[in-house]
Amino acid sequence: MSIASLRQHVALLATTAVCIVLYAAGCFLYKGFFSAGVFINFFTDNAFLGIAAIGMTFVILSGGIDLSVGAMIGCSSIVMATLIEHAHIHPAWVTVLILALGTLMGAGMGALIHFFELPPFLVTLAGLFFFRGLGLIVSMESISITHPLFLSASEWAIPLGGDQSLPLAALVLIITLVAAMYVSIYTRFGRNVYAIGGNQQSALLLGLPVGSTKVAVYALSGLCSALAGIVYTLYTSSGNATGGNGLELDAIAAVVAGGTLLSGGVGYVAGTLIGVLIFGVIQTGITFQGTLSSWWTKITVGGLLLVFILLQRFLQTRAAKRR
Amino acid sequence: MQNQTKISALPGGHLRWPLLALGAVLLFNAVCTHGFFHIEVRDGRLFGSLLDILNRGAPVMLLSLGMTLVIATGGVDLSVGAVMAISGAVAAALIAPPPYSALSALDLHGSTVLVCIIALLVALCAGVWNGLLVAVLDIQPIVATLILMVAGRGVAQLLTNGQIITFKDAEFESIGGGFFLGVPFTITIVAMTAVLTGLLTRMSALGLYIEAIGNNPVASHYSGVNTRMVKTMAYAFCGLCAGMAGMIVTSDIRAADANNAGLYLELDAILAVVIGGTALTGGRFSLLGSLAGAILIQTLTTTILTRGISSQYTLVVKAAVIIAVCLLQAPKFRAMVLRLKGARA
Repeated sequence: MSIASLRQHVALLATTAVCIVLYAAGCFLYKGFFSAGVFINFFTDNAFLGIAAIGMTFVILSGGIDLSVGAMIGCSSIVMATLIEHAHIHPAWVTVLILALGTLMGAGMGALIHFFELPPFLVTLAGLFFFRGLGLIVSMESISITHPLFLSASEWAIPLGGDQSLPLAALVLIITLVAAMYVSIYTRFGRNVYAIGGNQQSALLLGLPVGSTKVAVYALSGLCSALAGIVYTLYTSSGNATGGNGLELDAIAAVVAGGTLLSGGVGYVAGTLIGVLIFGVIQTGITFQGTLSSWWTKITVGGLLLVFILLQRFLQTRAAKRR
Repeated sequence: MQNQTKISALPGGHLRWPLLALGAVLLFNAVCTHGFFHIEVRDGRLFGSLLDILNRGAPVMLLSLGMTLVIATGGVDLSVGAVMAISGAVAAALIAPPPYSALSALDLHGSTVLVCIIALLVALCAGVWNGLLVAVLDIQPIVATLILMVAGRGVAQLLTNGQIITFKDAEFESIGGGFFLGVPFTITIVAMTAVLTGLLTRMSALGLYIEAIGNNPVASHYSGVNTRMVKTMAYAFCGLCAGMAGMIVTSDIRAADANNAGLYLELDAILAVVIGGTALTGGRFSLLGSLAGAILIQTLTTTILTRGISSQYTLVVKAAVIIAVCLLQAPKFRAMVLRLKGARA
């Protein structure tokens, strides 16, 4: 690894270091924190946030933003529950349908952003209102799912030896992560995303397919948030239109904490997972502590976000001065 | 084509679309909703649907004023909802009797003016904090204000101990429910703030500086504009507006709800500003346009509710409005429409 690339990775290394320090502090302070069960729960409890944040990473890498992910989770969750419980469609078909619809909706937003040069912030904001409204129109109340296949899927887990097991939600997160890392690093699409985020004009002049890549990025984010919605439904065994409320901001925070620049072009999918894990560690730590109230999570996350951003800022100015 | 540019260059041209849309919604109500324009005087006070819209829309109108200036500098403030929650929490914690919060120990209930000033100062500080992050540390506005958006609600919950603080204080309640010269006090607050903001930005060079920074920050800096100062002031003002909006909401429901006060209102405020013709990229701004945008959003909401359509449809209508407004303002879409027109003719 050359010095230049090492410098590029400083943000990711710093995030990883913070995550490890927080985890070590938790293990040191609280009895029972250092256990496989708690560790697996970091993944299980934050699976839907993680999956949505992975999709968001691609959007932010391309220089855009997607505010609709939280609403998409709620919408796909309630639609899924309604189709399974009220329309009696087989869960497998529903899953395929939801993923296809999510991708299509994402692609639609991407098309508006690309073809009419509308600001991503506003188009995805419209998406937020639209999906949340649609979900609430489908059903205001949450619907619990009683389909036997679905219930067995939500309880299904890979035994890991001992009395530990890896639940389906965590497994989906890990598979999504590996696939996303592969796509971002080894495929032409992934390189195009970085190129467009770095400098759209140059990417265009180089002859890269800017339009189709941009539409695909939002489609991918739609796919990921629909998948996150399905995982959320599995996790809670019910459909809820208000699910994922405000999650888009947690996802953006996780992406930024993971060392991805909001200006696009620089960042890592793996960093996003670390960002999500930091969320998990803080939340679990506050639960273990017992006397601290839940709002300290928000304050700590805000504080950490500030630290990460200042660090990024510092690294950027230093890099600019060297040039 | 030349004709087209002439029309949009006319003063007030940016007001065309929001006013046209507002007119359409009002016309619909005039035809379909009985007694929509009816205003009556009861006990020397004005009542009616129109006043109700202005009264309900007051928080978003206030937010949109501050947001206009921030967006005109090329930024955005995502934290206004959280700042509303903070200022409401501060006010309620100061008014409520002691067991609720540590702040109650100051024992300020009775001196409502002092409570308001403290709550507004806290909101102002929040705005200055955002401004410093954006202007001095040069952090992207979305990220910089995201910090306070995430942490701010936590701070508000900390102040209220995670509970919904309810209180009884006739003076403070009159902010959201009182009347001034026959009109609801909230409308007076909005009108005064709007006039003051308009005077400050248009009668002095401040408005010009803000637009210059939004158009080209580097050029403005080299031509001697103190960009840091102007940007910080814009965010500080936005925080102040959020503080006022927060107190109106808190006073209206006689309680501080740290979780839900101002939730998603930042998005409404941004929407109002964009409907009003201020571009998200910064530059020229229109305070009147933003106010018209905020009124349009509230009129739509009220119309949907009075039609007996359930409230979740508001969200879908809002989504359609955003896309429609964006498309109308997008040069590419306009060019496409003109081309289609040309092909037909």
